[in-house]
Amino acid sequence: MIYPAVDLPLPVAFAVAFFLLVGAALALIGAIGFLRLPSFYERLHAPALGTSWGIGGIMLASMIYFTAASSRLVIHEILIGIFVTFTTPITFMLLARAALHRDRTARSHGVPRKYPIGPEERPREDDESQAS
Amino acid sequence: MLPYPILTISLTLMWMLLNSFTLGHLILGALVAVFASWAMASLRPDKPKLNKWYLLPKLFFIVLYDIALSNIAVAWLIIRGRTKGGKAGFLTIPLEIKDRTALALLAIILTSTPGSVWLEYDSYDGSILMHVLNLDEEEQWIATIKNRYEKLLMEIFA
Repeated sequence: MIYPAVDLPLPVAFAVAFFLLVGAALALIGAIGFLRLPSFYERLHAPALGTSWGIGGIMLASMIYFTAASSRLVIHEILIGIFVTFTTPITFMLLARAALHRDRTARSHGVPRKYPIGPEERPREDDESQAS
Repeated sequence: MLPYPILTISLTLMWMLLNSFTLGHLILGALVAVFASWAMASLRPDKPKLNKWYLLPKLFFIVLYDIALSNIAVAWLIIRGRTKGGKAGFLTIPLEIKDRTALALLAIILTSTPGSVWLEYDSYDGSILMHVLNLDEEEQWIATIKNRYEKLLMEIFA
Protein backbone atom coordinates (compact mmCIF):
# COMPACT_ATOMS: atom_id res chain seq x y z
CA MET A 1 0.00 0.00 0.00
CA ILE A 2 1.04 3.61 -0.51
CA TYR A 3 1.12 5.87 2.52
CA PRO A 4 -0.09 9.47 2.09
CA ALA A 5 2.62 12.10 1.64
CA VAL A 6 1.95 13.57 5.12
CA ASP A 7 3.26 10.44 6.83
CA LEU A 8 6.69 10.61 5.17
CA PRO A 9 9.65 11.13 7.50
CA LEU A 10 10.99 14.68 7.32
CA PRO A 11 14.46 14.00 5.79
CA VAL A 12 12.87 11.92 3.01
CA ALA A 13 10.30 14.63 2.36
CA PHE A 14 13.10 17.18 2.11
CA ALA A 15 15.07 15.03 -0.34
CA VAL A 16 11.96 14.49 -2.51
CA ALA A 17 11.12 18.20 -2.48
CA PHE A 18 14.73 19.16 -3.27
CA PHE A 19 15.09 16.91 -6.30
CA LEU A 20 11.59 17.74 -7.55
CA LEU A 21 12.29 21.48 -7.35
CA VAL A 22 15.74 21.18 -8.96
CA GLY A 23 14.28 19.16 -11.84
CA ALA A 24 11.30 21.46 -12.31
CA ALA A 25 13.47 24.60 -12.10
CA LEU A 26 15.89 23.28 -14.73
CA ALA A 27 13.02 22.36 -17.05
CA LEU A 28 11.57 25.86 -16.61
CA ILE A 29 14.90 27.58 -17.23
CA GLY A 30 15.34 25.41 -20.31
CA ALA A 31 11.94 26.51 -21.59
CA ILE A 32 12.76 30.18 -20.92
CA GLY A 33 16.08 29.82 -22.72
CA PHE A 34 14.32 28.14 -25.62
CA LEU A 35 12.17 31.26 -25.91
CA ARG A 36 14.81 33.90 -25.37
CA LEU A 37 18.09 32.82 -26.97
CA PRO A 38 18.73 34.69 -30.23
CA SER A 39 19.73 32.11 -32.88
CA PHE A 40 18.50 28.65 -33.79
CA TYR A 41 21.74 26.89 -32.91
CA GLU A 42 21.80 28.56 -29.50
CA ARG A 43 18.19 27.62 -28.88
CA LEU A 44 19.16 23.97 -29.43
CA HIS A 45 21.11 24.05 -26.17
CA ALA A 46 18.28 25.10 -23.89
CA PRO A 47 16.08 21.96 -23.96
CA ALA A 48 19.13 19.89 -23.01
CA LEU A 49 18.68 21.28 -19.50
CA GLY A 50 15.30 19.58 -19.31
CA THR A 51 16.48 16.34 -20.86
CA SER A 52 19.56 15.92 -18.65
CA TRP A 53 19.24 16.88 -14.99
CA GLY A 54 15.70 18.19 -15.42
CA ILE A 55 14.41 14.70 -16.03
CA GLY A 56 17.08 13.30 -13.69
CA GLY A 57 15.90 15.34 -10.72
CA ILE A 58 12.24 14.52 -11.20
CA MET A 59 13.14 10.85 -11.74
CA LEU A 60 15.15 10.73 -8.50
CA ALA A 61 12.35 12.46 -6.58
CA SER A 62 9.81 9.97 -7.90
CA MET A 63 12.08 7.02 -7.05
CA ILE A 64 12.69 8.24 -3.50
CA TYR A 65 9.04 9.09 -2.88
CA PHE A 66 7.55 5.83 -4.08
CA THR A 67 10.28 3.74 -2.47
CA ALA A 68 9.61 5.40 0.89
CA ALA A 69 5.84 5.56 0.54
CA SER A 70 5.25 1.98 -0.54
CA SER A 71 8.21 0.60 1.50
CA ARG A 72 9.62 -1.45 -1.37
CA LEU A 73 12.22 -0.63 -4.00
CA VAL A 74 10.64 1.30 -6.89
CA ILE A 75 13.24 2.04 -9.57
CA HIS A 76 11.47 1.54 -12.87
CA GLU A 77 11.58 5.34 -13.42
CA ILE A 78 15.20 4.79 -14.42
CA LEU A 79 13.88 3.38 -17.71
CA ILE A 80 12.36 6.79 -18.52
CA GLY A 81 15.75 8.39 -17.95
CA ILE A 82 17.53 5.83 -20.13
CA PHE A 83 15.07 6.13 -23.01
CA VAL A 84 15.00 9.93 -22.91
CA THR A 85 18.82 10.11 -22.87
CA PHE A 86 19.20 7.62 -25.71
CA THR A 87 16.54 9.08 -27.99
CA THR A 88 17.00 12.87 -27.68
CA PRO A 89 20.26 12.94 -29.70
CA ILE A 90 18.32 11.62 -32.70
CA THR A 91 15.86 14.53 -32.64
CA PHE A 92 18.57 17.07 -31.85
CA MET A 93 20.79 15.89 -34.67
CA LEU A 94 17.91 15.76 -37.13
CA LEU A 95 16.95 19.37 -36.36
CA ALA A 96 20.53 20.61 -36.26
CA ARG A 97 21.53 18.99 -39.52
CA ALA A 98 18.38 20.21 -41.26
CA ALA A 99 19.24 23.76 -40.17
CA LEU A 100 22.87 23.30 -41.19
CA HIS A 101 21.91 21.97 -44.61
CA ARG A 102 19.55 24.89 -45.18
CA ASP A 103 22.09 27.49 -44.08
CA ARG A 104 24.79 25.97 -46.25
CA THR A 105 22.51 25.87 -49.26
CA ALA A 106 21.54 29.50 -48.67
CA ARG A 107 25.25 30.42 -48.22
CA SER A 108 24.40 32.02 -44.88
CA HIS A 109 27.07 34.00 -43.15
CA GLY A 110 28.89 32.39 -40.22
CA VAL A 111 27.98 28.79 -41.01
CA PRO A 112 31.05 26.65 -41.61
CA ARG A 113 31.42 25.18 -45.09
CA LYS A 114 34.03 22.51 -44.99
CA TYR A 115 34.51 22.36 -48.73
CA PRO A 116 34.04 25.06 -51.35
CA ILE A 117 31.91 22.62 -53.34
CA GLY A 118 29.30 20.14 -52.13
CA PRO A 119 30.39 17.18 -49.98
CA GLU A 120 29.62 14.80 -52.87
CA GLU A 121 32.24 16.54 -55.00
CA ARG A 122 35.20 16.19 -52.72
CA PRO A 123 38.22 14.23 -53.96
CA ARG A 124 38.38 10.60 -53.03
CA GLU A 125 41.53 8.68 -52.23
CA ASP A 126 40.87 5.95 -54.81
CA ASP A 127 40.43 8.56 -57.55
CA GLU A 128 43.98 9.76 -57.04
CA SER A 129 45.41 6.26 -57.13
CA GLN A 130 43.60 5.63 -60.43
CA ALA A 131 45.01 8.82 -61.93
CA SER A 132 48.62 8.03 -61.13
CA MET B 1 20.93 -19.22 -30.03
CA LEU B 2 21.70 -15.87 -28.40
CA PRO B 3 23.35 -13.47 -30.83
CA TYR B 4 23.28 -10.49 -28.47
CA PRO B 5 23.56 -11.67 -24.85
CA ILE B 6 23.76 -8.17 -23.32
CA LEU B 7 20.66 -7.05 -25.20
CA THR B 8 18.77 -10.16 -24.10
CA ILE B 9 19.69 -9.63 -20.45
CA SER B 10 18.80 -5.92 -20.60
CA LEU B 11 15.41 -6.66 -22.15
CA THR B 12 14.62 -9.30 -19.53
CA LEU B 13 15.60 -6.86 -16.80
CA MET B 14 13.44 -4.15 -18.35
CA TRP B 15 10.48 -6.49 -18.57
CA MET B 16 10.81 -7.36 -14.89
CA LEU B 17 11.25 -3.73 -13.85
CA LEU B 18 8.05 -2.82 -15.67
CA ASN B 19 6.06 -5.76 -14.30
CA SER B 20 7.36 -7.42 -11.15
CA PHE B 21 10.25 -9.58 -9.99
CA THR B 22 8.54 -12.97 -10.01
CA LEU B 23 9.47 -16.28 -11.60
CA GLY B 24 6.57 -16.09 -14.04
CA HIS B 25 7.65 -12.72 -15.36
CA LEU B 26 11.27 -13.88 -15.56
CA ILE B 27 10.25 -16.70 -17.91
CA LEU B 28 7.89 -14.51 -19.96
CA GLY B 29 10.42 -11.69 -20.14
CA ALA B 30 13.24 -14.03 -21.17
CA LEU B 31 11.04 -15.45 -23.95
CA VAL B 32 10.25 -11.97 -25.26
CA ALA B 33 13.91 -10.96 -24.99
CA VAL B 34 15.15 -14.02 -26.91
CA PHE B 35 12.71 -13.41 -29.77
CA ALA B 36 13.55 -9.70 -29.79
CA SER B 37 17.28 -10.43 -30.02
CA TRP B 38 16.64 -12.78 -32.96
CA ALA B 39 14.75 -9.96 -34.66
CA MET B 40 17.73 -7.71 -33.92
CA ALA B 41 20.11 -10.29 -35.42
CA SER B 42 18.21 -10.22 -38.71
CA LEU B 43 18.94 -6.49 -38.90
CA ARG B 44 22.65 -7.34 -38.77
CA PRO B 45 24.02 -4.34 -36.87
CA ASP B 46 27.73 -4.07 -36.10
CA LYS B 47 28.52 -6.04 -33.00
CA PRO B 48 30.19 -3.72 -30.47
CA LYS B 49 33.53 -5.02 -29.25
CA LEU B 50 33.70 -4.28 -25.54
CA ASN B 51 37.25 -4.45 -24.34
CA LYS B 52 37.42 -2.92 -20.87
CA TRP B 53 33.74 -2.90 -19.91
CA TYR B 54 34.62 -2.20 -16.26
CA LEU B 55 35.55 1.36 -17.25
CA LEU B 56 31.92 2.06 -18.25
CA PRO B 57 30.77 3.03 -14.71
CA LYS B 58 33.75 5.40 -14.47
CA LEU B 59 32.73 7.06 -17.73
CA PHE B 60 29.13 7.20 -16.50
CA PHE B 61 30.01 9.07 -13.31
CA ILE B 62 32.44 11.44 -15.05
CA VAL B 63 29.71 12.31 -17.55
CA LEU B 64 27.09 12.71 -14.80
CA TYR B 65 29.35 15.13 -12.97
CA ASP B 66 30.23 17.13 -16.12
CA ILE B 67 26.57 17.34 -17.11
CA ALA B 68 25.65 18.66 -13.66
CA LEU B 69 28.34 21.35 -13.91
CA SER B 70 27.35 22.46 -17.38
CA ASN B 71 23.68 22.43 -16.34
CA ILE B 72 24.53 25.05 -13.76
CA ALA B 73 26.64 27.05 -16.24
CA VAL B 74 23.95 27.09 -18.94
CA ALA B 75 21.13 27.82 -16.48
CA TRP B 76 23.19 30.76 -15.17
CA LEU B 77 23.82 32.02 -18.69
CA ILE B 78 20.09 31.92 -19.53
CA ILE B 79 19.06 33.71 -16.34
CA ARG B 80 21.76 36.36 -16.18
CA GLY B 81 22.40 36.84 -19.88
CA ARG B 82 25.79 36.69 -21.55
CA THR B 83 28.87 38.17 -20.02
CA LYS B 84 30.56 40.72 -22.28
CA GLY B 85 32.45 39.27 -25.22
CA GLY B 86 31.12 35.75 -24.77
CA LYS B 87 29.60 34.25 -27.89
CA ALA B 88 28.37 30.98 -29.25
CA GLY B 89 30.08 29.38 -32.19
CA PHE B 90 30.97 26.35 -34.25
CA LEU B 91 33.83 24.06 -33.41
CA THR B 92 35.51 21.36 -35.49
CA ILE B 93 37.26 18.61 -33.59
CA PRO B 94 39.29 15.84 -35.21
CA LEU B 95 38.64 12.47 -33.63
CA GLU B 96 40.59 9.24 -33.59
CA ILE B 97 37.80 6.84 -32.67
CA LYS B 98 36.26 4.98 -35.55
CA ASP B 99 34.07 2.46 -33.72
CA ARG B 100 30.40 3.15 -34.43
CA THR B 101 29.16 2.32 -30.95
CA ALA B 102 31.79 4.56 -29.37
CA LEU B 103 30.83 7.40 -31.70
CA ALA B 104 27.16 6.91 -30.86
CA LEU B 105 27.99 7.02 -27.17
CA LEU B 106 30.02 10.19 -27.64
CA ALA B 107 27.09 11.74 -29.53
CA ILE B 108 24.77 10.89 -26.64
CA ILE B 109 27.22 12.39 -24.13
CA LEU B 110 27.67 15.60 -26.11
CA THR B 111 23.98 16.19 -26.81
CA SER B 112 23.04 15.41 -23.21
CA THR B 113 25.50 18.03 -22.04
CA PRO B 114 23.80 21.42 -22.14
CA GLY B 115 26.04 23.90 -23.91
CA SER B 116 27.26 21.57 -26.62
CA VAL B 117 25.41 20.07 -29.58
CA TRP B 118 26.82 17.50 -31.97
CA LEU B 119 26.03 18.67 -35.49
CA GLU B 120 27.66 16.21 -37.85
CA TYR B 121 30.33 13.58 -38.15
CA ASP B 122 32.52 13.54 -41.21
CA SER B 123 33.58 9.98 -41.90
CA TYR B 124 36.02 11.17 -44.60
CA ASP B 125 38.46 12.86 -42.24
CA GLY B 126 36.94 11.60 -38.96
CA SER B 127 36.09 14.99 -37.52
CA ILE B 128 32.98 16.26 -35.81
CA LEU B 129 31.32 19.63 -36.12
CA MET B 130 29.83 20.90 -32.88
CA HIS B 131 28.08 24.03 -31.77
CA VAL B 132 28.97 25.34 -28.30
CA LEU B 133 27.15 27.96 -26.31
CA ASN B 134 30.28 29.51 -24.89
CA LEU B 135 33.13 29.69 -27.38
CA ASP B 136 35.44 31.35 -24.81
CA GLU B 137 36.12 27.90 -23.45
CA GLU B 138 37.08 26.56 -26.86
CA GLU B 139 40.37 25.06 -25.65
CA GLN B 140 38.60 23.58 -22.65
CA TRP B 141 35.93 21.91 -24.79
CA ILE B 142 38.55 20.33 -27.05
CA ALA B 143 40.60 19.16 -24.06
CA THR B 144 37.53 17.71 -22.34
CA ILE B 145 36.43 15.76 -25.38
CA LYS B 146 39.88 14.58 -26.41
CA ASN B 147 41.27 13.71 -22.99
CA ARG B 148 38.30 12.92 -20.80
CA TYR B 149 35.87 11.15 -23.14
CA GLU B 150 37.77 9.99 -26.18
CA LYS B 151 40.59 8.32 -24.27
CA LEU B 152 38.17 6.40 -22.07
CA LEU B 153 36.00 5.44 -25.04
CA MET B 154 39.03 4.19 -26.94
CA GLU B 155 39.97 2.02 -23.98
CA ILE B 156 36.44 0.66 -23.59
CA PHE B 157 35.89 -0.07 -27.29
CA ALA B 158 39.29 -1.22 -28.39
